[in-house]
Amino acid sequence: MGSALDVHRLHFAFTVTFHYLFPQLTMGLALLIVILKTVALRTGDEHYNRAARFWAKIFGINFAIGVVTGIPMEFQFGTNWAEFSKAAGGVIGQTLAMEGVFSFFLESSFLGLFLFGEKRLGQVGHWVAAFLVFLGSWMSGYLIVATDAWMQHPVGYHRLPDGQFALASFWQLLLNPWALGQYPHNMLGAVQTGCFVMAAVGSFYLLARRDIVYGRTFLRLGVAVGIIAAILQLVPTGDIQGVLIARHQPVTLAAMEGLFVSQEGAPLAILGQPNVSQRKLNNPLEVPNMLSFLTYRKWSAHVKGLDAFPEQDWPDTVELLYYSYHIMVGLGTIFIAVMGLAAILLWRKKLFESRWMLWLLMLCAPLPYIANTAGWMTAELGRQPWLIYGIMRTAHGASPRVDAGSAWFTLIGFMGMYTVLAILWLFLVYREIEFGPEPKVHSIEDSPVPVAGD
Amino acid sequence: METLWFCLVAVMVAMYVLLDGFDLGAGAIHFLVARTDEERRQVIATIGPVWDGNEVWLLAAGGVLYFAFPLLYASGFSGFYLPLMMVLWLLILRGTSIEFRNHIRSAVWTPFWDSFFSLSSLLLAVFLGAALGNVVRGVPLDETGYFFEPLWTNFRLGDHTGILDWYTILVGATALVVLMMHGSLWVQLKTEGPVRTRSARVASTTWWAVLILTGLLTMITFQVQSQVVANFRTWPAGYILPALAIAGLAGVQFELRRGKELNAFLASCAYLLGMLTSVVFGVYPMVLPARNPMYSLTISNAKAGDYGLKVGVIWWIIGMILAAGYFTYVYRTFAGKISANSDHYSHGD
Repeated sequence: MGSALDVHRLHFAFTVTFHYLFPQLTMGLALLIVILKTVALRTGDEHYNRAARFWAKIFGINFAIGVVTGIPMEFQFGTNWAEFSKAAGGVIGQTLAMEGVFSFFLESSFLGLFLFGEKRLGQVGHWVAAFLVFLGSWMSGYLIVATDAWMQHPVGYHRLPDGQFALASFWQLLLNPWALGQYPHNMLGAVQTGCFVMAAVGSFYLLARRDIVYGRTFLRLGVAVGIIAAILQLVPTGDIQGVLIARHQPVTLAAMEGLFVSQEGAPLAILGQPNVSQRKLNNPLEVPNMLSFLTYRKWSAHVKGLDAFPEQDWPDTVELLYYSYHIMVGLGTIFIAVMGLAAILLWRKKLFESRWMLWLLMLCAPLPYIANTAGWMTAELGRQPWLIYGIMRTAHGASPRVDAGSAWFTLIGFMGMYTVLAILWLFLVYREIEFGPEPKVHSIEDSPVPVAGD
Repeated sequence: METLWFCLVAVMVAMYVLLDGFDLGAGAIHFLVARTDEERRQVIATIGPVWDGNEVWLLAAGGVLYFAFPLLYASGFSGFYLPLMMVLWLLILRGTSIEFRNHIRSAVWTPFWDSFFSLSSLLLAVFLGAALGNVVRGVPLDETGYFFEPLWTNFRLGDHTGILDWYTILVGATALVVLMMHGSLWVQLKTEGPVRTRSARVASTTWWAVLILTGLLTMITFQVQSQVVANFRTWPAGYILPALAIAGLAGVQFELRRGKELNAFLASCAYLLGMLTSVVFGVYPMVLPARNPMYSLTISNAKAGDYGLKVGVIWWIIGMILAAGYFTYVYRTFAGKISANSDHYSHGD
């Protein structure tokens, strides 16, 4: 049934992957809602306020699930990864604690005001509440990325005689170049999820020939922001990320690209299946010299393959890493194409009549979730076999006294619980979309009790 | 520096208990004070805009514990693995219940979530109490600095303790009645009509249970954890903390009889604060006592590096000032009583 270590890894991977399905939407939507509120404030057009209120309800449901699935993340460092926490808590505990103190208090306080305080706050006050929720969630994103960045590229620490890590420079930890590179890339991913979901709901309304005015607003906003985010996702942020990996984790780069043999003028594999036992890529479709160029800006540059590194330092699941990375990049490319096409149609005022395009946009809604998940899998599988890159192996980080059976028990518990949450989520979000943005009598809007997730 | 952080973590835990305590308590008395759907909406409306901010104190305290005392975090969280996971499940269940209850008005949907809300609140109060009991009693730490406690063993205070034994169950039960009192004082303060009347009744009934259990538990704790006795002997000034608790508890009864709802709630806060600080004072300088005192985790062997702790003080102060600002603002915005038929701060045109 797997070693305790494997179960601990699966435990964290499962809970964090499920958790991140929700923040990626809420962080993206937070930005879009602020834009809607800003337009409403500047034009005085109540339509945009109603649109914002509709998305606030979807936001609220997602936020609630994001909160309840986020709490276990903070605890799992201690419960399942005690050796790691004992060694590194003095450093990464900083950013995690700051997330609680600076982001969660802000978000939880103003979310209730944002969701239920519109009448009391007035229009400007309500805009401020929306903005602070946006600020809190984006700050939270940064502090988590900074925490992960220290594991990917440890900086600003020194080691105490007992082997523990102690903070040496607060600003180095906070301004880790890895975090500065990864944060925009990650947030653009979240914005894309928000844009695709908003555009999909807009498409749904137009295709179903209902709430046409709202559908058009959602499409305009989703596509306009979506195309910008899709392009920035690739250049410059994706590119920066690639350069960081090439510089600091060359073995990861080799595994991601399926490059088994070091060579000059290395090709970029578009398709193909890595065959680890035979040390080659099966059925490759390659662009010659491209990898050398992308990595070092020189067509003939020498790129190290997996053979340049001892096998014990290879990421332990080369195939999964390779597929995750290729799915992320492939989908990212598709997003540029889809959003680009939609943007051209929007610009030429043909989008709302092009039903095939609306179908396409609606059906694309799940894809950014897959791309974001694959992106994080690339980052974290690529970090293996290290827990703290180059310093502490994953094998040495788990809790010594928590055996495989206990971890299985709680993992299965989480799986069951999260399945129920996922069903509830589908049901409630579907209900809101079906109910629609147009205010009606006897809606749940008339009599909600103020409740707020943080 | 580590003593300072010991105090700061204690402050955050105390804030958590004072604030989330009343909404857990409100959940535990949910079915006692609210009979109809309208009344239940009223109870949930008293905590709706704030419960989640209150719960953040737990997360923030956990985070601060992580960076200030990494060894404690690692050892404690992995040692309490099973009960902590159950606490997490209960927190998930509770958050979901509060958030999703009001999405659909149906004679099946709302009672369903009401039940889970109340049950999870009640169990969380007991679990958190039992957790505190474990920390006071001590856990089977060994020379590696780790332990793994089963849920129960033989319910006795030997060397092989479980999470639950007669002592921790007693603390759990005490925590439940204390939070029921605290919660009913809050609900009384925030409502009018029959819910208010019933809450007042629950508060005065639970007050007697709190009085008896507090007395009993205090006597037993002096036997169970010798450090407590030693600390009060060394620093007699510490007696001010239990005195605060006694004054608070007396104040609750006094103010209840005078019908001063806010004062009664604040007195309950003083009682909780007095009890918690007494406990914290009693175990200092240990952060997690071991059954074998040799292996106890203390502030000096569990602390993080000095530089990190110093930097932390700066941002902690800034963060707390901000948080105090948000909380003041939110509680003032949602101040006042909630009637059974008000439209509860709804938005909509």
